Amino acid sequence: MTRRIALRPLARILEARASGANPDAIERENLARRHEQARDRMRQRAESRLLMLATAFFAAFLTVGVKMTTLAGSEPEEPHIARSAASVLGTRADIVDRQGRVLATNLVTNSLYVQPNDLIDPVTAAAGLAEIFPDLEEDWLLRRFTSGSSFAWLRGSISPEQQQRVHDLGEPGLLFGPRDMRLYPNGALAAHVLGGARFGEQAVNSAEILGVAGIEAQFDAELRDPARNGEPLQLSLDLTVQAAVEEVLAGGMTLMNAIGAAAVLMDVETGEVISLASLPDFDPNARPRPLLVGDQADSPLFNRALQGVYELGSVFKIFTAAQALELDLVEPETMIDTRGPLRMAGFSIEDFSNYGPENSVTDVIVRSSNIGTVRLAEMIGTERQQEFLRSLGLFETTGIEVVEQRAARPLYPSRWTDLSRATISYGHGISVSPLHLAAAYASLLNGGTRVRPTILRRDTPQEGERVVSEEVSALAAAMLRQVVTDGTASLGEVEGYEVGGKTGSADKPDPEGGYYEGRLLSTFASVFPANDPQYVLIVTLDEPNIVMLGEERRTAGWTAVPVAAEIIRRAAPLLGLRPESVDPELAYQLSSASQ
Amino acid sequence: MRGLVTFLSAFVVVALGYWAYHQNILTQQSIREVERLQREIGLEGENLSVLRAEWAYLNRPDRLRELVDLNFDRLGLLPMSPAQFAVMDEIVWRPETQPPEAVPLQAENILFSASQTEEPL
Repeated sequence: MTRRIALRPLARILEARASGANPDAIERENLARRHEQARDRMRQRAESRLLMLATAFFAAFLTVGVKMTTLAGSEPEEPHIARSAASVLGTRADIVDRQGRVLATNLVTNSLYVQPNDLIDPVTAAAGLAEIFPDLEEDWLLRRFTSGSSFAWLRGSISPEQQQRVHDLGEPGLLFGPRDMRLYPNGALAAHVLGGARFGEQAVNSAEILGVAGIEAQFDAELRDPARNGEPLQLSLDLTVQAAVEEVLAGGMTLMNAIGAAAVLMDVETGEVISLASLPDFDPNARPRPLLVGDQADSPLFNRALQGVYELGSVFKIFTAAQALELDLVEPETMIDTRGPLRMAGFSIEDFSNYGPENSVTDVIVRSSNIGTVRLAEMIGTERQQEFLRSLGLFETTGIEVVEQRAARPLYPSRWTDLSRATISYGHGISVSPLHLAAAYASLLNGGTRVRPTILRRDTPQEGERVVSEEVSALAAAMLRQVVTDGTASLGEVEGYEVGGKTGSADKPDPEGGYYEGRLLSTFASVFPANDPQYVLIVTLDEPNIVMLGEERRTAGWTAVPVAAEIIRRAAPLLGLRPESVDPELAYQLSSASQ
Repeated sequence: MRGLVTFLSAFVVVALGYWAYHQNILTQQSIREVERLQREIGLEGENLSVLRAEWAYLNRPDRLRELVDLNFDRLGLLPMSPAQFAVMDEIVWRPETQPPEAVPLQAENILFSASQTEEPL
C-alpha cells in the first residue's frame, strides 16, 4: 500500500497563512513535485515496456536464427509424410509382353564386397571364397586382401545360397550390399529385342542399372524414370507366339543345316511386331561379350531380323508386279515376254528353268520368272521404281524402337542404272533387313497403306499414307496365294489358313566381290490368311542345305517355306485366328472328348 | 474480476499447451506408424516382385514345354492344332467352377487362347 498523500499540503498552507507568506507558492511547488513524480513513474513504465518488447524481439530473432542455423547445418530431408514408399518406386520398370506377362523384371539380391582391414584371417577367407565362387582364384583374392586397400568389390550380385555360405565363413570383413538385379525370367526368349542391362554407378547400398542393348537401351531413361511409378513397359511381342516361333525356327535351322535364321511376324494393320526372332541367340541374363575379331554378324548378339541387311531376292518381285498393276500398265492376265536369256550391260539374266516364251503377270510371280519381272520393271521405269520402293520404306531405317535398327540402313546403288533397275526388280542389288521386308509386305497387303513397324503395343491401326489401291492390294494377296497353291512355295500350305507368300533365294555376296557359289540366303515372305491379310511372316535361313528326294536343296521352296508353314501352323491358333475350313462338328467332338 | 480473468487465461494457456503437446505426441506416433507401414509395404513390394519374377520363371516357355513333354501321355494331351478350335458355349464346365461371362458368338470372341490376359497374382 502506498502512503496516501493529500493533494493540497494543508498543514504547510495553514502555516504560511499564519506567517503571512504566499500560500500559492507552496501550492505551485507542491504541484510541480507531483508532476515530477508522475513523469518518473511514466518513464519507468515506458522503459520496462521497451525492455519487455526488446526481450520479445530478441527471443523471436533468436528463434529464427537458431532455426536457420540448424536448417543450414543439417542434411536436407523431405517431409516425413511425403517420403512415401520411395524405395519401392525407385526401381527400374518391368518390361511385359502384350498380355502383361513379364519379360524383364528386377530381383533383389546382394552384392559382396570386402573391407580387408576388418578381415581377421585373410588366408582362410580367400580359401573359403574360392570354394564358394569357383571362378575366383585364391591367390588373386589373397593378393587383393593383403594389398593394403581398404575396400574392394568381389561380386555384383550373388544368390541367397552363396550369401549364406559367405555368411557362414564368419568374416567381419566380408560385407553384403543390397542390389537390384535385372532378371529375364524367360532366358534367351526374345533376347535380341530385350537386349540386356549392366550395373552402372555402384555404391554400397544400391547400384544403377543401365540398358546396354535392345529395348533396355532404347527406353533406358523411361524405364529408370521414378515418375513412371513402376508402370511396366508393354511390348507388342506375344510371349507364347515368340516361344513357338523360336522353337520352330531353331528346329528348322538345325534340320536345314543353316548357320543362322531370322523370323518376323507382324500385324499388317497396326505394324506391331508380334514376334521377332534371330538365331543363334544368347541369354540376356549373362550377355556374351561382343566379338573382338571377325565379323560382328557372326556373333549371337547380332540381330539378323533387324540389324542384318541382305539381298533377299525374289521376294521383291511382288513389289514390281504390284506397281505395274497400280500404274495400270498390266492386268494379272496380261502376257509378258519371258524369252531369255536377257543380256544387259554385260550381264545375262536367266530364269531358274525355261518357262516358255510368254507368261501372264500372275505366272511370272507364281513361277518366279526373273526375265518377266525385268520386263515389268522396264515398263515402270527407273524413276517410278525408286519412288515406289521409297514409299514402302525400303530406302530408310525402319524406325522400330530397338536401338540396333539405327545402324540397319538399307544398301542400294547410288547410281541407279538400267541394270540396277533390272536386278532390283527381282531383289538383287538392294539390301534390306527382314524387318524392312515385313513392313513393306504389310504395307502392300493391308489394303495398301504404309505401315511402320513398332515393338510397342498399340490397339489402333496405323493410318499411313496410301501405297497402292485396295484392289491392287487384294490382287497382290491373290497372286501370293497362287504361289503357294501352284508355285514355288507349295510346301507352305497350312490346313485352315490360306497362306500366301513369295519365296526368295539369293546368292550371298562375297565381301571380296562377286557372289558365293552355293551359299544361299533363303527367304519366305508370307501372309495369312490371304483372303483377308492379317499377319505377315518373314522367315530367313542363312545357308540352308538339306538333302531331300535324293538331291541337295538350298532354295527357299525346300527350306524356308516348310519352316514358315510350321510356324504358321503353331502360331496362328495362338494369335486367335480361327481356321477357315475346320469342321465345327469335329471341333465339338474334340472339345467334348477332352472332358 | 481481473484475477479471475488472469486465472482463466492462465488455465487456458496450460490447457492449450497440454493439447498441443498431446497432438504433437500423436502426430509423432502416426508418423512412426506410417513409416513402419511404409517399410512393410516396401518389404511386401519386394516380396511381390520376387514372387512375380519366380512366377514368370516357373512359367517360362522352356520349362512348360519340358513339363508337357514329360506328362504328354499321363495327361492325355494332344499336339495343338488348328482343328481344336471350339466355341466357348460348347465347353462343359465343372459344377464348382463358374464359366466366364457369356459372350456373344462372334469370330473375335472365340479367340480365348490369345485374348485372355494371364494375371499371375
